[in-house]
Amino acid sequence: MGKLPLFPEQASTFAPDVDHLLFFLLAVAAFFTLLIFGAIFYFAIRYRRRSHQELPAVQHGAMTLEILWTAIPFALTMVMFLWGASIYFREARPPADALQIYVVGKQWMWKMQHMEGKREINELHIPLGRAVKLTMTSEDVVHNFFVPAFRTKQDVVPGKYSTIWFQPTKAGKYHLFCAAYCGTRHSAMTGWIYVMEPRDYANWMRGGESTGSLADDGAKLFQDLACANCHKADNHGRCPSLVGLFGSTVKLTTGGTVTADEAYIRESILQPNAKIVAGYAPVMPTFQGLVTEEGVLQLVEYIKSLGPRPAVAEGAR
Amino acid sequence: MIPAAAVERENYLNASYGLKSWLLTKDHKRIGLLYLFTITLFFFIGGAMATMIRVELLTPQGGMVSSETYNKLFTMHGVAMIFFFLIPSIPAVLGNFFLPMMIGARDLAFPRLNLLSWYLLVIGGLFALFAMLAGGVDTGWTFYTPYSTTYSNSWVIATALGIFVAGFSSILTGLNFIVTVHRMRAPGMTWFRLPLFVWAHYATALIQVLGTPVLAVTIVLLLCERLLHIGIFDPALGGDPVLFQHMFWFYSHPAVYIMVLPAMGVISELISTFSRKAIFGYKIVAFSSVAIAVLGFLVWGHHMFVSTQSLYAGMVFSFLSYCVAIPSAIKVFNWTATLYKGSISYATPMLYAFGFIGLFTIGGLTGLFVACLGIDVHVTDTYFVVAHFHYIMVGGAIMAYLGGLHYWWPKMTGRMYPETWARLSAGIIFLGFNLTFFPQFILGYLGMPRRYHVYPPEFQVLNVMSTAGASVLAVGYLMPMVYFIWSLRYGKVAPANPWGATGLEWKTASPPPLHNFDETPIVTHAAYDYSTVPGEVIDFG
Repeated sequence: MGKLPLFPEQASTFAPDVDHLLFFLLAVAAFFTLLIFGAIFYFAIRYRRRSHQELPAVQHGAMTLEILWTAIPFALTMVMFLWGASIYFREARPPADALQIYVVGKQWMWKMQHMEGKREINELHIPLGRAVKLTMTSEDVVHNFFVPAFRTKQDVVPGKYSTIWFQPTKAGKYHLFCAAYCGTRHSAMTGWIYVMEPRDYANWMRGGESTGSLADDGAKLFQDLACANCHKADNHGRCPSLVGLFGSTVKLTTGGTVTADEAYIRESILQPNAKIVAGYAPVMPTFQGLVTEEGVLQLVEYIKSLGPRPAVAEGAR
Repeated sequence: MIPAAAVERENYLNASYGLKSWLLTKDHKRIGLLYLFTITLFFFIGGAMATMIRVELLTPQGGMVSSETYNKLFTMHGVAMIFFFLIPSIPAVLGNFFLPMMIGARDLAFPRLNLLSWYLLVIGGLFALFAMLAGGVDTGWTFYTPYSTTYSNSWVIATALGIFVAGFSSILTGLNFIVTVHRMRAPGMTWFRLPLFVWAHYATALIQVLGTPVLAVTIVLLLCERLLHIGIFDPALGGDPVLFQHMFWFYSHPAVYIMVLPAMGVISELISTFSRKAIFGYKIVAFSSVAIAVLGFLVWGHHMFVSTQSLYAGMVFSFLSYCVAIPSAIKVFNWTATLYKGSISYATPMLYAFGFIGLFTIGGLTGLFVACLGIDVHVTDTYFVVAHFHYIMVGGAIMAYLGGLHYWWPKMTGRMYPETWARLSAGIIFLGFNLTFFPQFILGYLGMPRRYHVYPPEFQVLNVMSTAGASVLAVGYLMPMVYFIWSLRYGKVAPANPWGATGLEWKTASPPPLHNFDETPIVTHAAYDYSTVPGEVIDFG
């Protein structure tokens, strides 16, 4: 107690943009508040009832006025709409070179997985100045990843991947909140975002216990779940080869096509019969309940690593 | 001293006595009073929960109640206030009582249906009360899936059934109003002679009839999912939890207009009566009610800008949300212009009307913030939104409800309320309300999420301010409760038309006779023609 903060910290590239838009809206709101309050006070005093028999003259509506106070507010709101939409549009379009991190929300914790294999709970370390893209899902109910200092948030929904991105502009420690009500300990589903100087970040990434990368874990899981029995690399298995799958366009038995993104791969693991690749039979069993959301993410990352030319992908590692 | 004539004249209150004469009444006025008792009970239940929430939030650690209890408190606060107080408030109490009188009718079109709709509200309310007493419900009033269907171990089904049943009460009231306005207007009462209160209730009734069935469908699906796991909302069974949000808000956004359109109708009556002028731009104000009702159905997705709904859907909903803001702005401008060169009285109902315009203006303008995609992503699910909708629903709807209650109290009861106390209460409520909710805008922009039992210590000062305001607000709300009851016995006897108002409801005795009018009124003038009213304003204050 004692501190009275009035404005949140700005720590991402979105923050100043959102705040400028806020100031514009505040100015418009202040103008109309003063206009209306001022007019009411003035009229209420100037035209107060002086006798019980008073009968004011009849006033007829004025179309010019009506048009004016329809058109001006409408024009102002359209500025707000376009300005707000442009920020929203940028928030929905992560840059291609963004650092990719996976997030799984569950009652009542945040689990973060870095590509390099580092895992964190309720903490996320990220480098200053680099765009970061989070691909998120939930193991149970709807959660929401909210970092006020970055002025952005995104629902984390079971059964699908959602993404959020931001580019931190200031090193420091920032609140992470779950903003979507998720049950008893909703208000305890909080954590911290640590924005670090790139050098500190590299040191941090090297420290601690060293585990394999996410794709390595995925490769192990791929063997454990016996996926390789059918998904053979040479395309002669009972199921399609996964080499070079990610990002490609897949033909389906229905005649349609689908782009093989994270959501498609996830669906194909958990609900294999939802979309069948043209030329193959629906023989794959579901892995719902056999593999966790984190496991699915590892598998996705492993399949991504099976780039167009396997040799190059192997060499890169 | 009470004149002997006033005691002996037969009216709807003394026409018959006994519990049965109330519980089986088909008189819209008595049914209006039944609603008044019922929703007042729910207002104080919901208010008690709000009080506990605010006391709990005095400290960041959350020591008073457990998180589980806290979650139940805000859920049941929302359920009680929205479904069992705000939605029935103005339509079912003031609308029921005055809509027929304002159009010169003896009753609503379907008096039995009207009584049935009160019983449905009571039955729904009993379900909700049972759920509260049995252990409560913790899903939030929004019942988001899959929390409500799979994960919550609380009384979801009983509460949802209560809302389901109460929804039919709302549908039947709306149906009754639509038919009554179409079929039961007195001779000469053309559409453009209708008081704006009636226009607002007509627009509201459209939403009640068209929107509430969607809520019923949503609740049935929710119950099926919870009981039978049919896989509509559960992703593990191939369902989509976001679908629930679409269906829920398809009703629940228009429901905001069920709460605020009738309030706007009340304000039009108050502003006109207490400035003795016709509402500036009558037709535009009337049509803006209909425009709000129609556009209100097309903006539900603005509750879901961060829900994973498509980017372009978000943009369309933002655009449409700005469109629905315009008719509200037009109303505020027209009310303000009505005051120009008027004869403005500071009677209590007018103070409430001023309070409404002030708070509704702030609530409406902050609506522009949450309709704005770039800002809403930051402030949605925070206290900013909590503050915004309380400005509309408490600052707007409850100020208008209380203003209307003071305005029509003499007509309903035949007694005047004590003017000095009443003005004081209007002032205290306005002050307490702003103290409670203004700090929450700042809290929200700082990033404090809503529905948080435990919060970071840097948010404490603003929370303490808000709780201090809430205690002032509580005093403001208790005062009318006390002096209204006091006035039933000790208040001055009210004349037929204490305010010099133009509506037909003032052309009959206070309280009205059983059939409203001794003879069917014939309407020859537009609404708000003050040259027809002799200045018989009583001396108050």
